Amino acid sequence: MKPVLLELTNVSKSYGRGAPALSGINIAARQGEFISIIGPSGAGKSTLLRCINRIIESAQGQIRFDQVMMGSLSRRELRKARTKIGMIFQHYNLVDRLSALENVLHGRLGYKNVLAGALGLYSQEEKRKAYELLCSLGLQEHVHKRCDQLSGGQKQRVGIARALIQEPKLLLCDEPIASLDPGSSKVIMDHLRSISSRLGITVLVNLHQVDVALKYSDRIIGVNRGQIVFNGAPSLLTHDAIHHIYGSEAGELMMELGGKNAV
Amino acid sequence: MRYDFLTRKRLMTLGSLLAIMLITWGAALLTRFDAGQGLSAIPAALSWGIENFYPDEKAWRRLPGIMDKLLDTVLLAVASTTVAAMAALVCAVGGSRTMRLNRWFGLISRGMASIFRNIDIAAWAIILLFSFGQSALTGYFALLFASFGFLTRAFMEAIDEMSSSAVEALRATGAGYITIVCRCVIPSCAPQLVSWMLFMMETNIRSATLIGILTGTGIGFAFDVYYKGMNYHAASLVVIVIAAAILLIEAGSNVIRSMILRG
Repeated sequence: MKPVLLELTNVSKSYGRGAPALSGINIAARQGEFISIIGPSGAGKSTLLRCINRIIESAQGQIRFDQVMMGSLSRRELRKARTKIGMIFQHYNLVDRLSALENVLHGRLGYKNVLAGALGLYSQEEKRKAYELLCSLGLQEHVHKRCDQLSGGQKQRVGIARALIQEPKLLLCDEPIASLDPGSSKVIMDHLRSISSRLGITVLVNLHQVDVALKYSDRIIGVNRGQIVFNGAPSLLTHDAIHHIYGSEAGELMMELGGKNAV
Repeated sequence: MRYDFLTRKRLMTLGSLLAIMLITWGAALLTRFDAGQGLSAIPAALSWGIENFYPDEKAWRRLPGIMDKLLDTVLLAVASTTVAAMAALVCAVGGSRTMRLNRWFGLISRGMASIFRNIDIAAWAIILLFSFGQSALTGYFALLFASFGFLTRAFMEAIDEMSSSAVEALRATGAGYITIVCRCVIPSCAPQLVSWMLFMMETNIRSATLIGILTGTGIGFAFDVYYKGMNYHAASLVVIVIAAAILLIEAGSNVIRSMILRG
């Protein structure tokens, strides 16, 4: 068994009053594991991912990543910890007016001091690496194109390159294929899968598509109303379990699942 | 019922119209303004203008001196605008919703922006006359304060309009505040920032001319001296030079603007 890289213990978070966004979340993720998080919209999937790298500060609970307690870090230490966590977004979150190469190089900014960061001073080695990453993701013709000229799938691949150049140990993907067509979705998911198995990077993916989660994951976590209601291998995800995760929405969900369900 | 409503609306319109006419008539009566006399003076004014208000040969000989004064005024406007833009950028970034440093900085920079903006340039010049007397510094600071207020507000809005998604992505890579501002915020809204600055520069060249009459500097003062010395030929040359300069600068900034939007 590979060592545990990320461990969430009893993590809770609430926005204002009202029902908590997350309550009592316990997750342990091993090195190189590919975990999908599924659940209805508003179940707290995005909040969960953002609590891990403290883009959203979690109210209670402990998050241990790479032998470090995330909650106790100072601002400087937090920045250092974040360099080891790549993040991929539904809307790619690139700087549209800059080229693909520049956007990839942004992944190195966490390692820089104020001066080098502000002026964007990158080493020759970093530029070579960025170029290679773009080529390995099939973007060799778009290296110097401005990002607003790229298609959705291409933008997401730039986003992956930006995360990989950080040399992360963990990749957080917040609905990476929710805005993409099926073809591009497959390309992106294949890349993410190979990142986890080939590079040994732990990948946490929020997904809306149960069939995709079943196909790619080592483990699936089902979230509903801020609580984990399923945590296990894809083969254990039965109809009942899906019902349990999605509640009343499950009826429509079965259509999506098609013949591929895991019962 | 419906008929009543329409009638009432029509009566309201008629009432307001009558009120406006009454106010106009009253104001004219109080100031002893005769519209007929004003209109009938136009032909005479025109013929006077044609007879006297053109540069003769003696006036043309003053051109080098006038150009010197024009240069003074233009440089004054450029210097005050650029310095104001730099200060405004700092306040706008720290006070914007996306990149807010803290609540107090936001409130203070918004408050300062509206105070500096709402006091007119002419009012600033009169206030500053007490401290700096009739010198170029008075004009410089008057333009600086007013442009600072306006640009802070405009920059703040440009930054808040920009999508904050890329900022989130850079934060997730571990990049620091200043790095994020330089590598993401400024590149994303550079066209708007430059466009506002150019607009301010054009406005300031016009304002600097008028301020010059108050402070006794630049081309505004040259006009004042010639006009009050009844040297109408030279005064008309000043007007022509100012108009030409403004048109030239407007054309120049349009070129720069389109270059930035494309690039």
